[in-house]
Amino acid sequence: MSAKTRVNAKINGEQVEFLCEPRQSLLECLRDILGLTGSKEGCNDGNCGACSVLLNGRVVNSCLVLGVEVQGQEVITVEGLADWRGLHPLQQAFLDHAALQCGYCIPGILIASKALLDRETNPSEERIRTWLAGNLCRCTGYDKIVRAVQDAAARLKQARREVNS
Amino acid sequence: MRAFEYLAPTTIGEAVAALAGKGDGGRFLAGGTDLIVQLRCGVLDVGLVVDVKKIPELNVIAFRPAEGLTIGAAVPCHRIAEHADVARVYPGLVDAVALIGGTAIQGRATLGGNLCNAAPSGDSIPAMIVLEATCTIAGPAGLRTVTVERFCTGPGKTLLNPGELLVSVHLPPPMANSGACYLRFIPRHEMDIAVVGVGASVVLNADRAVIEAARLALGAVGPTPLYAEAAGAALKGKTPSEESFAEAARLAQKAARPITDLRGTEAQRRHLVGVLTRRVLRGAVERAKGGAADVR
Repeated sequence: MSAKTRVNAKINGEQVEFLCEPRQSLLECLRDILGLTGSKEGCNDGNCGACSVLLNGRVVNSCLVLGVEVQGQEVITVEGLADWRGLHPLQQAFLDHAALQCGYCIPGILIASKALLDRETNPSEERIRTWLAGNLCRCTGYDKIVRAVQDAAARLKQARREVNS
Repeated sequence: MRAFEYLAPTTIGEAVAALAGKGDGGRFLAGGTDLIVQLRCGVLDVGLVVDVKKIPELNVIAFRPAEGLTIGAAVPCHRIAEHADVARVYPGLVDAVALIGGTAIQGRATLGGNLCNAAPSGDSIPAMIVLEATCTIAGPAGLRTVTVERFCTGPGKTLLNPGELLVSVHLPPPMANSGACYLRFIPRHEMDIAVVGVGASVVLNADRAVIEAARLALGAVGPTPLYAEAAGAALKGKTPSEESFAEAARLAQKAARPITDLRGTEAQRRHLVGVLTRRVLRGAVERAKGGAADVR
């Protein structure tokens, strides 16, 4: 075991400090040290997307990031989506469309979808499917997921319109 | 994963010094999408990982019309694909970097890492070869420059000496009336490894009727990405046409040295080299004529 390193990072809007070994992935740090078990371990090699988190606003596979690499960076996990008002529109749309069965892939898919909707207000079905190609779901066949993301895009647009009017 | 030490230096000098004398006992870390997997599954076992993402020279992406494009070895694919000048001037490079992995991989994986990982199927490598890219390498003795086609020496092997650091890749400014294109064949649309990849670049004469120069490079059909020099040279002086493309495709098939593995058979790969060579040549010529080639 090598010496532990002190890491300071902003996680879900909060400044946190934790100790980890260099060999520990961000996913391990989130789950085993910080108790944020929303991000899931699927393949542990960057193929399945179950561990997707936002690192400085970008989707990354947290299994392919070392915990020590997030020193001074900003991380958002699925736990950071809901706020005091309630669920994020994406989460609500996934529930309304029953866009999940076992649910294991959903934290990663929500995070990846948020990254897309933060950039694009009206992505096409093809765009959503391509964007989510790195997030595998073995239950749903993806159709409901795609419809939920499209619906969430519409709800976010509506919410922005109400704020602006 | 076995324990290792982690350093994140902020200068090339510090990074090179950190690995000096370590032999195979240390590795540079950029995006980590290959390295972390290799460390985890035990293919690699090192005592020291040196993160190079905090070094300014490795994070630069700069285009100057007279000088060309410099991309630091730690720049992730998404920054290259989303860079307005790169998309406009080097669409043949964007073809390749935009299809390495999925969205999450794009957020981390780097051009430098794709090259240093030296997979025969590395998508960016044929694209860089046809764009005449050169690599700047830092080592204990200073800087040296090599062409991308010389960089890979075998599967997972490069001409980097232990402790040498790939700093950046440089693409010269494109010639007038030139265009490039990269395509690969995979069974799904994204998130897969090339069964075959082919890159092409062409330079047309002033009235865009004759090919003055062409370069072709092949991925996943040899121990390294291959520069198919003879196939490109055969197009010199020819009219861009299905006949001349077919001849180049035949020579590219001759240059290919495919094997049969889980992704495809030797015969299928050789067939695909022909198909993709004709397609990328159409795409490159279309772009050289100023059109936006929609070859995907």
